[in-house]
Amino acid sequence: MTAPANQLRATPPAGHALNVEKIRAEFPILHQQVHGKPLVYLDNAATSQKPRDVIDAISRYYERDNANIHRGVHALSERATEAYEAARCAAQNFLGAALPSEIIFVRGTTEAINLVAQTFGRTRVGAGDEVIVTTMEHHSNIVPWQMLCGEKGAKLRVAPISDRGELDLEEFQKLLGPKTRLVALTHVSNALGTINPIREIVRMAHDRNVPVLVDGAQAVPHLKVDVRDLGCDFYAFSGHKVYGPTGIGVLYGKSDLLAAMPPYQGGGDMISSVTFEKTTYNKVPFKFEAGTPDVAGAIGLGAAFAYVNGLGIEKIGAHEHALLAHATEAVSAIPGVRLIGTAPQKAGVLSFLIDDIHPHDIGTILDQEGIAIRTGHHCSEPVMHRFGIPATARASFALYNTFQEVDALVRGIAKVREVFA
Amino acid sequence: MADLRELYQEVILEHSKAPRNFRALPAANHKAEGYNPLCGDRFTVYVATEGDAIRDVSFEGAGCAISKASASMMTQVVKGKTRAEAEQLFERFHNLVTGQPAPGGDAPALGKLEVFSGVSEFPLRVKCATLAWHTLRAALEGKQEAVSTE
Repeated sequence: MTAPANQLRATPPAGHALNVEKIRAEFPILHQQVHGKPLVYLDNAATSQKPRDVIDAISRYYERDNANIHRGVHALSERATEAYEAARCAAQNFLGAALPSEIIFVRGTTEAINLVAQTFGRTRVGAGDEVIVTTMEHHSNIVPWQMLCGEKGAKLRVAPISDRGELDLEEFQKLLGPKTRLVALTHVSNALGTINPIREIVRMAHDRNVPVLVDGAQAVPHLKVDVRDLGCDFYAFSGHKVYGPTGIGVLYGKSDLLAAMPPYQGGGDMISSVTFEKTTYNKVPFKFEAGTPDVAGAIGLGAAFAYVNGLGIEKIGAHEHALLAHATEAVSAIPGVRLIGTAPQKAGVLSFLIDDIHPHDIGTILDQEGIAIRTGHHCSEPVMHRFGIPATARASFALYNTFQEVDALVRGIAKVREVFA
Repeated sequence: MADLRELYQEVILEHSKAPRNFRALPAANHKAEGYNPLCGDRFTVYVATEGDAIRDVSFEGAGCAISKASASMMTQVVKGKTRAEAEQLFERFHNLVTGQPAPGGDAPALGKLEVFSGVSEFPLRVKCATLAWHTLRAALEGKQEAVSTE
């Protein structure tokens, strides 16, 4: 049943200019065999692989510049501080933020959201108030708000999604009310790939003076994100999904909001002065960065921004879009396949089911073919409940994936059906 | 493909498609829920005991082929056994799917459960194969909380 590869391969769109062969040479991990087959890495929504530039930036820092930052008077500390703050400016530019002090380095999206819940949330949300999320949120944009609402006697409201996996804007607007204190939603759904119309949502919320937090973990690797254009109040993402290292991420917040928020954690670097009688907190963003941060991680993330900027996020997005279009067409043509998440506006995520074969079995069989995908609920159990399924198989694309790899996935799915025939 | 056929043996595929004793058990005096967060497998195991004997056993729920087939075949094998024999079978089965040598002594033979030997080559699937057994044990021990493989 496997069609010849040349019939499956869509023609890349005009102006599609990524040199994928050259790019692949820059990612050392891609050049290996898994179970005797060339690795086909299609689990990029979980984490992306790292280019040589990022790996080298981290090694270089530890080999030449490693020191603690902000307090040292010696040369290494000066270099480390400079590199760390340069990464902050790189993040500012990457997101289009107005000021470097609007960039707070955190461990990842999860910590960024928890930071906002525990500082902004605890001071702004009270008994009887409401926080709005959507059905398509990752658990990390549900649980921090559940914890906050539980503590404060506030209510978590959930904006529903359609059968295609699109946010129901009419229902969302109805939820916005005088008790709403915050809207927290994802830019791109990790389980469905849906791209939410953030500008429109922010406008609707701001009409009611409700601030908006955007979980950008799945958006930043694929779309040009400009926080001032979006108008959102907070934007969170993880470095490791955008070709940077694990353990580092960014919280963007509007400067006036950040200035009014209490600190998140107490410790070194977040203070101006400490006595047992009174402690004065440091200014933003240092107020939110207690303790020695992940300096190497920030520097690695800065190198990842440079890498992405060098290729051009629009070109990356166009390449991934072409891969998704090809994969959507080829995979949905296989008998017995059902796609979960069919919104017209999608980033490079393809969630699917095959007949009544459990996704975990699909994942094991594809793994034997060297193909890495994610199977399960993708930390989005409410999405699974919405579609009445326990799990999906999910292929997700990155700038180094090829049309041949999509074809390998299609052949892999044929093998899955063969095993379960 | 050889490795995959070791895992997905015909008997396993057949049981996953048409699981035996796949129903609630009104006469059950023991019941427990099992959950595998890794892949979302979720089963309820029902047991009707009489004294020390497992008179009847059944299960309900959803899961991957390995977990479902394992649950199905487990219900067939433990029916009519004593609690102690079921526990010994679990121990032996656990050793089989984790690639450890069979325990000595007079443990009952696994018989057709031997088809799960291929699981030992797939460490990520051990939890799938043992979920129903963990749940059976919880049911017999009268555990109230759902057992989790994590």
